[in-house]
Amino acid sequence: MLNDRRRGRLAAVTTMTAVALALTSCGSGQADGPASTAAEPVVITVHTFGGGENFGYDKAAATWNAAHPGIQIRYQNLTDRFEDVYLPQLLQRLQAGSGAADVVALDEGAMGLMKARPQFFTDLGQYGLGSRKADFPPAKWDNGVNAEGKLFALGTDIGGMTMCYRTDLFEKAGLPTDREEVGKLWPDWASFMEVGKKFQAANPGKDDPRFLDGPNTLYNVILAQEAQRNGDITYIDKANKLVIDTNPAVRTAFDTVRSFSEAGLTAKLASFTPPWNAAIKKGGFATMGCPAWMLGVVSGAAGDSGKGKWDVATVPGGAGNWGGSYLAVTKQSKHPKEAAEVVNYLTGKEGQIMAFQEAAAFPSSLPAQRDPAVGDLRNPFFNDAPTGKIFGASVENLRPVFLGEKHAQVKTAVEKILEGMDQGSVPYDQAWQRFLDAGVKAAG
Amino acid sequence: MTLHAETPAKTGSRAVRRRDGALFTRFDLLVTPYLFVSPYFVLFVLFGVFPLGYTLWVSLHDWELAGSRTFVGAGNYLSLVADEAFWNAVVNTLGMFVLSTVPQLVLALLLANALNKRIRGRLALRMGVLLPLVTSVVAVAVVFTQLYGRDYGMVNWFLGLFGADAVNWQNEKWSAWIAISTMVDWRWTGYNAIILLAAMQTIPRDLYEAAALDGASARRQFWRITVPMLRPTIVFVVFVSTIGGLTLFTEPVMFDGNPTMSGGATGQYQTVAMFVVKEAFRDFDLGYAAAAAWLLFVLILLGTLVNHLLTRRIGGAR
Repeated sequence: MLNDRRRGRLAAVTTMTAVALALTSCGSGQADGPASTAAEPVVITVHTFGGGENFGYDKAAATWNAAHPGIQIRYQNLTDRFEDVYLPQLLQRLQAGSGAADVVALDEGAMGLMKARPQFFTDLGQYGLGSRKADFPPAKWDNGVNAEGKLFALGTDIGGMTMCYRTDLFEKAGLPTDREEVGKLWPDWASFMEVGKKFQAANPGKDDPRFLDGPNTLYNVILAQEAQRNGDITYIDKANKLVIDTNPAVRTAFDTVRSFSEAGLTAKLASFTPPWNAAIKKGGFATMGCPAWMLGVVSGAAGDSGKGKWDVATVPGGAGNWGGSYLAVTKQSKHPKEAAEVVNYLTGKEGQIMAFQEAAAFPSSLPAQRDPAVGDLRNPFFNDAPTGKIFGASVENLRPVFLGEKHAQVKTAVEKILEGMDQGSVPYDQAWQRFLDAGVKAAG
Repeated sequence: MTLHAETPAKTGSRAVRRRDGALFTRFDLLVTPYLFVSPYFVLFVLFGVFPLGYTLWVSLHDWELAGSRTFVGAGNYLSLVADEAFWNAVVNTLGMFVLSTVPQLVLALLLANALNKRIRGRLALRMGVLLPLVTSVVAVAVVFTQLYGRDYGMVNWFLGLFGADAVNWQNEKWSAWIAISTMVDWRWTGYNAIILLAAMQTIPRDLYEAAALDGASARRQFWRITVPMLRPTIVFVVFVSTIGGLTLFTEPVMFDGNPTMSGGATGQYQTVAMFVVKEAFRDFDLGYAAAAAWLLFVLILLGTLVNHLLTRRIGGAR
């Protein structure tokens, strides 16, 4: 009994000593803090998203950090998925008031949402970035102005539009492999379908590669093209009303995807998933709609073994834009002035050119587009394709597409139905109705 | 404390000290016990009661993530009850719960019975059935999802040996439910078996001896002695499985291959837990998600109640 009690007291003493030790060690740690931070530079965190090479800021950040010992960029790519990982996380951090980076990247699909939330972002105009207006196409610039008329984000890249294809699979199917000739094969989507049928006839087996990856990339490419012919809108009109059922652009894109799926030309893969990445690497499909940033995704997913197997040709159906991003400074940033300087640099000519070289993200900055470093750039991964010229041509005469506040949610919901239709869980004859229902629900 | 043994106070200052002491004693008797048990309750209030109440509060609003909020009363609940997608998720959850829990518990019971026998390598076998539990759920789900892969999966390869076509396991309700149920069973059967085994070992041997003398077969002993004696444990195991089954989340999410929380292109295997996350953090509709979370809570209460009524009948209600 006595023995037990003593042991209990001993245990208590030990615990208290441990707690006391822990407390003192915490205290001394804090005491060290202020003294050492005095000489530390201002750290500006930059959070981005995207697969493969994503924003391609490695070199740009290193260059800046070497030249600016007082302001250091810490660049971190959070995830390859925007709508369902990056965006919800960012919104939570914005609402919580902490955790978001000083500089956050935003995909164009979420700009409607962010414009309606001016309370979370710093007005970049007060740091003089309003002077950058002449550097950007008007559409890119206007998207960075929020509901209060304040400039809150500056453009980074724009998507443009091309068609990526596997030269080795084309050769096996008896199709031309030269990018000029390949481009001539498909001036429009009908001829693209004919090429696809030819390709599939040469690959009839169950385990043979398919002509296309799946519904998503094809759909987004056609939707972007068609939007330009239908008042520059997709699901939501400029009065923020859902027009998914009346906009012919949506119907045309849907019907075209359906016809390719019904013809058995797709590998039935949902984009940005592990099986899709594996198929890029293993040659599971031969073509894929490619905005500029997609080149970085492809080279990242395919790895070194894919070098030289992919090439870039013009896209059927003409110019269009899919994707492209922005950088904004959050209100919760402790160093908004320095963060604005970093945004100014990364979206400036020099920063955008370096990102283009690293991740093939085509500059939205007009001075960068006009620079020979962009126009003459060739992409070694894609058989030295002159990507500067190809994408430069694809963004000429590009008109802005309006994306409403709930665009990202509607997009995610309707593309799920497309995937289901392609994979067989949604019957083709019910797909359009289900597509509309999903869109209405997501917008509600 | 020895103050109570003191002689009556003689000076003013002593009287004051004594009153202080008495106060302290009262405080010690009344409050200290609560202080000692408070860590649990403080944590429970912080992480249990408060979120529950706050979720209820949120569920009464049209509450957008990082956006506007307006009070709508029971509006979210009314539209939830009319929401096909929600009921689809409920059906999926219940379906997968039945499909995984029933075989799991039967299997666990038989396994425990087998492990209770005198067999060679008993300890190794008993440890062995627990092994799946120490692997992380995500790892289990990743491996199983690859086994069930459409193009390169082992299950389809095996079925192919018998000339069957490749099954796209994610595509149909029945196939997805089976795939996910096997993941759950693989991980939890051993755990339940061990709990049942522990309970079996508390059953007095002489009951079996008496039954054996009366000529009862092993099977009859199992159903007439083992199962009825296990009733409290079976009730516990069923409750825990019900809660686990109705909050099924990680396995179907990983099975999807992407974090859209949609549970397949058309929600073939979207569970209620996934529905809640999708509404809150994919569609940014926090109020609606909170209402769904509360309905899930009610669903679990109902499920547990039903199971309670069912398990009470095991071996004849007492």
